[in-house]
Amino acid sequence: MARQMIRDVIRDTIDAEMARDENVIMLGEDIVGGMGSPGGPEAIGGIWGTSGGLWAKYGSDRVIDTPISESAIIGAAAGASLTGKRAIAEIMFADFIGVCMDQIWNQVAKFRYMFGGKSKCPIVIRMPYGAGYNAAPQHSQSIHAMVTAMPGLKVVMPTTAADVKGLLTTAIRDDDPVIFLEHKALYGVKGEVPDGEYLIPFGHARQVTQGDDVTILATGMMVGFAEKAAAQLAQDGIGCDLLDLRTTSPLDEEAIMDSVERTGRLLIVDEAPPRCSFATDLSALVANKAFASLKAPIEMVTGPHSPVPFARELESAYVPSPDKIVAAAVKAMSYRRG
Amino acid sequence: MQHSREALIQAYRQMKTIRVFEERLHDEIALGEIAGFTHLYAGQEACAVGVCEHLGPKDYIISTHRGHGHCIAKGCDVVGMMKEIYGSSDGLCKGKSGSMHIADINKGMLGANGIVGAGAPIAVGAGITAKSNGTVSIAFSGDGACNQGTTFEAMNMAVVLKLPVIFVFENNHYSEHTGESYAVGAESMTVRSAAFGMKAIKANGIDFFSVYDAMRELIEYCKAGNGPASIELDTERFYGHFEGDPQRYRGKGELDRLREERDCLKVFRTKVTEAKLLEGADIDAIDAEVEALIDRAVAESKAAPRPTADHVLEDVYISY
Ligand SMILES: Cc1ncc(C[n+]2csc(CCOP(=O)(O)OP(=O)(O)O)c2C)c(N)n1
Ligand SMILES: [Mg+2]
Repeated sequence: MARQMIRDVIRDTIDAEMARDENVIMLGEDIVGGMGSPGGPEAIGGIWGTSGGLWAKYGSDRVIDTPISESAIIGAAAGASLTGKRAIAEIMFADFIGVCMDQIWNQVAKFRYMFGGKSKCPIVIRMPYGAGYNAAPQHSQSIHAMVTAMPGLKVVMPTTAADVKGLLTTAIRDDDPVIFLEHKALYGVKGEVPDGEYLIPFGHARQVTQGDDVTILATGMMVGFAEKAAAQLAQDGIGCDLLDLRTTSPLDEEAIMDSVERTGRLLIVDEAPPRCSFATDLSALVANKAFASLKAPIEMVTGPHSPVPFARELESAYVPSPDKIVAAAVKAMSYRRG
Repeated sequence: MQHSREALIQAYRQMKTIRVFEERLHDEIALGEIAGFTHLYAGQEACAVGVCEHLGPKDYIISTHRGHGHCIAKGCDVVGMMKEIYGSSDGLCKGKSGSMHIADINKGMLGANGIVGAGAPIAVGAGITAKSNGTVSIAFSGDGACNQGTTFEAMNMAVVLKLPVIFVFENNHYSEHTGESYAVGAESMTVRSAAFGMKAIKANGIDFFSVYDAMRELIEYCKAGNGPASIELDTERFYGHFEGDPQRYRGKGELDRLREERDCLKVFRTKVTEAKLLEGADIDAIDAEVEALIDRAVAESKAAPRPTADHVLEDVYISY
């Protein structure tokens, strides 16, 4: 076990997979950083610090620094993956998915199905997402609902250093397209990472806290916020069963149902806006499959129906907070059927 | 050089305002008072001002993530801009945009833009309006943005529709940390633009007069119904890609050399004083005036009202 920052775990995991399989390649803007500059290649090593040293080790044919061309990055990653490579593409900010949506939605996601199951497209699309940097409406969004809604994509949202290693390894070895969403605010977070080969299968939630009163479902940065809220609620005698879902597609329905059947109350925390969202999706699932277990209406703590605003005060009002999570849990607890 | 004294003073005042605005932001950001990503325009002033001095409020421009210079040159309120960057509810965009999305539609400034390459297609649309108004539409892009498919589509569409759109490529030789020579496959942006079937020229982006004269020609050309045009401006960025960038991709002594040899403000001063169009004292007076303006902008921004949680849902068409 080593204690590492998430950004370093990402780099080391990619490194291990590139060493293991020479078909693994990487593409993205400034992932080498410094190409064609006086400082030379690796002057920067990726703006998120997730690819330093890889170009020096694997060279320009495998670590491909691209022009600013998101459509061509995803298209090229798709083409390479259809023809025998395993491409890891980086979209610098998840918001830029807008630029390459066709390649993701109509191409990558649909190949296997529309080619009658005769193709593989082992591509991982890494996308830093989320608010917390006051980066304003076009650099702060949580886009998981959109990609989770697309048949043909697997969607991973890791929160701990260990999960990053286990899930990224699984993603790279997966024969199907995986969207790997990295919350920007978590890159600097440290955690214990298992040594050696470590894979976590998709579709298994992580139990963060155990309790019998309220089930809390969360992903990404919201997991840490919910954990804080759960600690506070525990002091008031409210036990939270907090699940970090880890992958939104496939979804660990079993863990969700088991928990809700036990607690009878559900609180969903989602950084994204509330309409047609991951929160409403989970809510519909539980209302449909565990209605009889519910003792209170399902609570959702989400971002508002607005873009992510810039100013500090506005962004912190936008993002769900531990306080809002506590309030929603208390509301669920105090509900009485009329 | 046929410029009235007033025109020269105005051009210099605009360039100097941009410079001091950016230098001041550099200092304020280091103090930690300003949130978010800020990309400074210092070094490129002759580009924005050389273009925008030709334009009126019914001419449109669309900018990039490095937008402060374009905003100021197009007449956005400097104090309102500073307040926006500070995140005040009194800012030009009510604290919703910060540095990266400042816009003032009434001034024909269609926004700074956080998505590289998003501007050029929007400029084509503004070009449809401009064609009916007898005005022009300008898309500012960089040597990085020129590689986006959106930029290619916009250039071709403007040619096909014969629109009065001018694609201004500010070549500061870097896109983030990547050198232009690595990322631009064509010999130049000019050659590439010409291949789309439009008039394409180059100008010296650290010389206001070079930019201004070239733009006069292009604007006349576009307004005469000849379709779009492109101009590549050789220029320099004096700070990092964003504030906080360690700039390890720069060469040794590169920034000192650029500031010494390729400073558009110094070039302007030398030219106008040597030609006896303005005196050193005229320029010093503008410098003092601009410093005072920026001092006031910062002081007012620090004292300006802050937004509150209920502002989050303001200006969303439908609230839930
Ligand atoms: C679609 C998209 N891709 C990538 C980025 C990240 N990014 C912001 S600025 C930039 C470089 C732009 O270079 P250039 O067009 O030369 O403009 P300059 O920064 O030199 O002004 C990049 C890659 C972005 N904002 N949007
Ligand atoms: Mg550039």
